[in-house]
Order: sequence, then structure tokens, then C-alpha cells
Amino acid sequence: MTGKMVLANLKHKPMRSLLSFLLIGVPVTLILTLVGLSHGMLNDAERRARGSGGDIMVRGGDSKAILSGGTANLSEGLIPFFEKQPHVKAAMGVITHSVELPLVVNGVDSGQFDRVSGGLHFISGGWFQGEFDVIVDQYYAKQKKIHVGESIKILNRDWRVSGIVEGGQLAHILVPLKTLQGLDSATNRLSFIYLKLDDPANTQIVMQQLNEVTKGGYTIWSMADVASQFRESVNSQGLNEFIFVIIGIGVVIGFAVVCLSMYMAVLQRTREIGILKSLGGSKNFILGIIWLEALILGLGGTAFGILLSIGAKYAIEILKPASFQVEIVYIWWPIVLGITLAGATLGALYPGISAASHDPIEALAYE
Amino acid sequence: MSSGDIIEIQDLRKVYTVGKVEVSALRGVDLNVKRGEFLSIIGPSGSGKSTLFHIIGGLTPPSQGKVRVDDQDLASLTDAGRTNLRKRTVGFVFQKFNLLPNLTARDNIAVARYIGGNDGKSDPKFEEVLGLLGISNRLDHKPNALSGGEQQRIAIARAIVNHPAILLADEPTGNLDTENSKAVLEVLKGLNETLGQTVLMITHNPEAAAYGHRVVTMRDGKII
Repeated sequence: MTGKMVLANLKHKPMRSLLSFLLIGVPVTLILTLVGLSHGMLNDAERRARGSGGDIMVRGGDSKAILSGGTANLSEGLIPFFEKQPHVKAAMGVITHSVELPLVVNGVDSGQFDRVSGGLHFISGGWFQGEFDVIVDQYYAKQKKIHVGESIKILNRDWRVSGIVEGGQLAHILVPLKTLQGLDSATNRLSFIYLKLDDPANTQIVMQQLNEVTKGGYTIWSMADVASQFRESVNSQGLNEFIFVIIGIGVVIGFAVVCLSMYMAVLQRTREIGILKSLGGSKNFILGIIWLEALILGLGGTAFGILLSIGAKYAIEILKPASFQVEIVYIWWPIVLGITLAGATLGALYPGISAASHDPIEALAYE
Repeated sequence: MSSGDIIEIQDLRKVYTVGKVEVSALRGVDLNVKRGEFLSIIGPSGSGKSTLFHIIGGLTPPSQGKVRVDDQDLASLTDAGRTNLRKRTVGFVFQKFNLLPNLTARDNIAVARYIGGNDGKSDPKFEEVLGLLGISNRLDHKPNALSGGEQQRIAIARAIVNHPAILLADEPTGNLDTENSKAVLEVLKGLNETLGQTVLMITHNPEAAAYGHRVVTMRDGKII
């Protein structure tokens, strides 16, 4: 019966109910989109690193944070050195340069790339023909609405699109290694070296050998390490704290919306509260009605927010498919529901206690 | 004082504080009501009739005096105790009907059953009462689709759904035309005669008061 009363109340003021759903849904959307974005970006970066085809990644000795990829502190002379090591089948040097955050350009050598990755999967066009040729993946091509043969401005100069690839291998934008080294004044320098082994099962042995041979002068990671380094690097830059701040804002907004909405509802229903009290409705009964209504607002707001976040994901994918990858992180649905219900419960407390404390005679006389 | 009295009131006083001013609403009321009696209370506005009802109905505690309702001493009842009194011992009928506007007539009655702890229980006797009230075909309408007379009959049904010992009707015909007033008064009289329902009714109308077995008059916070 309590549920029936609450639903009747919500139906009686549909605009208030819808606005409450919307206002609770917005922070839910923010939280889910932010979490989905962080998961999507991390997983995409990880997939792209794995898509290089390498089994081991080598970086400069002091490069602990994988996201600080712009430092070209490896010598190109290391490529033949690593290729001579036991179990190493091929090595590929990459230089990286940020263009428009979060996008980067990778400078690659086509020969090395083919040996390590097995080749790019071209949708149209092919490898670089000239010094200022660029290969982009289908997501960047879609985002920039460009085709093979067309010109595109990157790093303050025009580049000819020589090929469009499926993507998932290193950056969205690939340019000739030598060209990018020249533009970065980093001749013969590299940001990363990927090593392809004869058998991935030898990864740990090779890493140990390399550490011994180089006397620990370089940071050597397996691709599994790369994945964890991505997460560690992002976390060390305060992403989790940022998410917690957004969650805190979400709780405060949810609390404020529910508190205001329920307070208005209590004012509007003063007489009805008096009627319920005259029928013998206890304080807990009145409090329960307010609380249940707040929980339903929280539940509806969460559902609305989830729908909005799915809409946001597709909107981002359509507008910026290369720049941002958003995932639907289902595990966060119950988490965000819990957060919203906690906010709704807090928000219902004051109006609920206020309603439960109404003097029945005054409430019945309320016009 | 008779052992058949369902209401026993001696020297009942009630003082309200309005701002810094104390207002004496009841100034020593003595009243006994027998079980099964239909008592009409008349008197001018401000005479204390409604305050008397509010105390008997457990909506507010007495300031002083002895009030026993169905063997419960109201002076010693806590807020929770008065809530239980309203739940089980008394039923209210108001001048303005006071139905919950968002619910159908059936649900208005169901809410009272639910609060009274009788939700889901079959009650053939009450179904019979609904027939007597002549509202069986109006139960699925919301209050704004019912006439004043129909609303008041729904309110009466709601008030007696948990079989309270006492029905308190505060100006039940105050918002009704002559025809509907008569119908409501006949319903109250019928409930009293058929079910032995104790009824206390406040009214300004001497004709309505005449439906009671006895009429008492209040003035200046006292029964005269």
C-alpha cells in the first residue's frame, strides 16, 4: 500500500518527478561517463601497445611513467644491438609526439614495423611514399573526415594521407620515423623500442638477459607490465582522486535535489500528512513514505543517468571516435546506484523527519 | 459514572500557547458517553467543540483533567500511544472530507485498513457496510470525480473500516447541501442503529443534532 501511495504521489506531479530524475541523472551520467572514459582510454592504449606485435617494450632508464611518452632518450643504435640478443626476432623503434590531447603521433619505420607487427591492415592506400606522408586509422579518418590522397595539417604543417588502416596498432597517426625525429630535433633518438621474440614464452628469460646485459640501464617491460604500467601511471596522475571528487559532487547534487524535491513535496502534502496521522499513521510510517519516494527518485534518476551515459558514449564515438574511447562499465551501475540511494536517503532525512514531526491538528488545518 | 461508558471525562482543561499568549480552549469539561450512544455536540465557533474532539481522538493531549476513552487514560498516553488510539479506537470524519486526492476511493479506504494492520484480511461485514453507504459503484474514482456527498460517505467508510469503538464526526454535513446532508446523517444513524457504532457528532445545525440520542451544548470551553 505504501508503494501504491508513493507511485500515486509521483504520478500526481509528473513534472516534478521527471525533473528530479533528470537532476539526479546528470551526476550519474557524469560519473559513468568519466569512469567509462578512463576505462576506455586505458584499455585502448593497452590494446594499441599490444597491437604493435612486440613482446617486450624498452624505454629509457628513468622513464617510469608510461604516459610520459614524449621523451626520446633511446639511441637508434640499440635496434641492431637488441636484434642480436638471443630469442629476439626483430626490433622496432618508435618516437612519439603529442598533437592534440589525448592524441599522439608515432614515428615508425615501415620495414621494422612489418617485421615486428606483421604489417598494417590497410583499408585504403598504403605505406609512406614521401617524407611528409601520414597514415591514419579509420577512427581518426572518420573524426577528421579525410581520405587517402588528401592533405591534413598536423604539427603545424601539411601531410599527405598515404593510407588509412583499421587501427589498434600503436597511435591513430603514423608518420615516417626519420621525419618525426627531424621535426623533434631528435635525430637517431627513440621513445620506445618494441622487441618481437621467437616465442612469447621466452619473455621473462629475455627480460632477465637484457637487464643483465644493459646493467639495468633501461626500463624493460613485458606487454603485461605495460598494461599495469598504464593503470599505475594514470592513477599516479590523480585519476582516482578526480573520480572520487566527481562522486562526491554527485552525492551532494543527489542529496540536494532529493532534499529540495521532498521538502517541497512535504510542504505541498502537509494536509495529507495530517490525514495519515489522523488515521493512525505513525512517525515511522510517514518517514517511510518520504524515504521510499526518495529512493524511487534515486532509482529512476540512476536509470535515467545510465541511459544518458549510454547516449553520451555513442555521441562521443560519433563526434570524436579517435580522441576518446568510452566503455560501458557495467560493474559501476550498481555502485552508482548505491551512491545515488545514499544521497537520496540523506536528502530524505530532513523532509522526512519534518513531515513525521508535523502536528496533526495544524497539518489538517493547512490550506 | 457508569461502567457502560466508553468515554469518561472529568474537569478536562486544555490550554494552547499561541506565541506568548495562553488560550484556554477547554475550561473544565465533564462528559460521559455510553457505548453505542449517538451524541450530538452543538455550540458556537470557538466554544471548544473541535478541541474536545481532538483530545478524545488522541490528536492532542489534555492539559489537565481525566479523560478515559475505551478504558485508556489519555493523560498518560505517549505520542505513540495516541497514534495507536487513532489507529484502533477512533475514526474521524471531517467537514472537508479529507480524502487523499491522489488515490481512488477504494485506495483511500485501503490506506486506513493498511495503517490499522488489517490489510489483506477479508471483511464481509465491511463489504455489507459499503453496500449500506451506497458507494460500491464509486470506489474506483478519485475524490475529484465524486460529489461532496459521495466523498463524505467514502470518508465515513474509511473512518469505520477498522471497526473503531468511537466515530468522531466533526461537522460532517458542513460542506453539503440539504439532500446530501440528510443522506450522510442517515448513514451515521444507520451505522449507530445497525452496528451499535458509538457516534459523536459536532454540528451547528439543530436539525442535524436531532439525529443524536442526546444533544449537549458547549460554550466558552464548557458544557452547559
